Amino acid sequence: MMIYAIIILAALGGVFGGVLAFASKKLAVETDSRVEAIIGVLPGANCGACGFPGCAGYADAVVNQGAPLNSCVPGKAAVAAEIGKIMGREVGGESIRKVAQLHCNGTFDNAKAKYEYKGVFDCHLAVTQFGGPSYCSFGCIGLGSCERACPFDAIHIGENRLPVVNTSACVGCGVCANQCPQKVLTIVPINKRVHVRCNNRAKGKEAREECASSCISCGLCAKVCPEGAIQMIDNKVGSISMIDYDKCTGCGTCVAKCPRKCIHLDPPIDPELVPCEKPTAVEGGCGSCPIQNSCGMQS
Amino acid sequence: MEIFAIIFGSIFISNIVLSQFLGICPFLGVSKDTKSAVGMGFSVMFVMVLSSILTWFIYHALLVRFELEYLKTIAFILTIAALVQLLEMFLKKNIPSLYKAMGVYLPLITTNCTILGIALVNIQNGYPFSLYGFICTAANAFANSAGFLLAMVLMSGIRERLEEAELPQAMKGLPTVFFVASSMALAFVGFTGMI
Repeated sequence: MMIYAIIILAALGGVFGGVLAFASKKLAVETDSRVEAIIGVLPGANCGACGFPGCAGYADAVVNQGAPLNSCVPGKAAVAAEIGKIMGREVGGESIRKVAQLHCNGTFDNAKAKYEYKGVFDCHLAVTQFGGPSYCSFGCIGLGSCERACPFDAIHIGENRLPVVNTSACVGCGVCANQCPQKVLTIVPINKRVHVRCNNRAKGKEAREECASSCISCGLCAKVCPEGAIQMIDNKVGSISMIDYDKCTGCGTCVAKCPRKCIHLDPPIDPELVPCEKPTAVEGGCGSCPIQNSCGMQS
Repeated sequence: MEIFAIIFGSIFISNIVLSQFLGICPFLGVSKDTKSAVGMGFSVMFVMVLSSILTWFIYHALLVRFELEYLKTIAFILTIAALVQLLEMFLKKNIPSLYKAMGVYLPLITTNCTILGIALVNIQNGYPFSLYGFICTAANAFANSAGFLLAMVLMSGIRERLEEAELPQAMKGLPTVFFVASSMALAFVGFTGMI
């Protein structure tokens, strides 16, 4: 009896194996070798910043749907050039890299603590307790949910509890922006320098009391902007000025006019600049380094 | 009449997901939107009917003849894996449009417990090795997969609405889905005893 069992199972396996082997020859579909080659040069992080489902999805889209060659955000220009080589096309129209920007300036000094939070170290949980531990219920919680979510280790909580984006490591994938319960992180082209560093939608006196650097919804910035790039965006709890980054030229008129100094003009960032290993590597120290506000190394 | 009893019983009374608790993985995993739920449901239907017929034939023609019924589990696993592989290749070559619609789900189905479960249930139900048994097997497989499709579509419809609901952070996602699944299972208990 035992021998039958062995023979029958072996025969079943053999027949199925044979059929499959035959079928794989007979039913083979020619797949494009370029897809495999492109998967090989992609970083393989499957971050989804290109807008396709993972690296394999993007490789397929490049070959079969004519997707742009430079959509791989973490791969930057080097990977785009490699893909261009495989596809035999030139990489045209260099797209501007995007990085995360924080829309809050509620440091310990500016936004005073309402109570001392001693719960689980997570922004989502803290925000459920009376809108967070600071008086401003719109701003950054500062417990680093973005830091833990970042797949590229590019965002860290600084000394004054606000997250600092390392613009050289940030690929603009938007994971932190999705994670943030207060939605104070957005993904912005790296060459844009003017940012509203506040998310407080309260008006006048209330906003003034909540934070020393809060937007009081006066709308002066929207009035003075020569490009019409700033609008007061309303929702059910109040309004905040928001910059249309497509129109903003970085002239700085609004920065000078803002009575609360909550619109900031950042120093320009060289998109290719890589942060130094040690703070002393730059001549003249960190103070003269153009990326000092964003590299997270300054002491 | 008995065919009708099999079909009605498999879809509603002993629904494969909601009362037999098979196929929970795709039920929770692929039910985020109705489109993929329907795709998965029909792929399961397609594979389940084919695999049930094939395993039924192998059981009676091979295992029963040599008195090797105890080997049915391993023989069915082998059969189903080979069948799905073959099916994938066949669809890719000959019916690319169907492959596009089902392709993503086919590898998932290879290791899906519903397929093996129903192949074994068919044997357990003792359908004879005749034309009548063949029809019963096919009907049972079809009805069970239709029940799976029904559960998937119901769940995905509910989940699509839940996306818009304001839930406490801790309840978002899977916790709510488990609550919904248990309520649906309770609702299906209402069909018990109809036949």
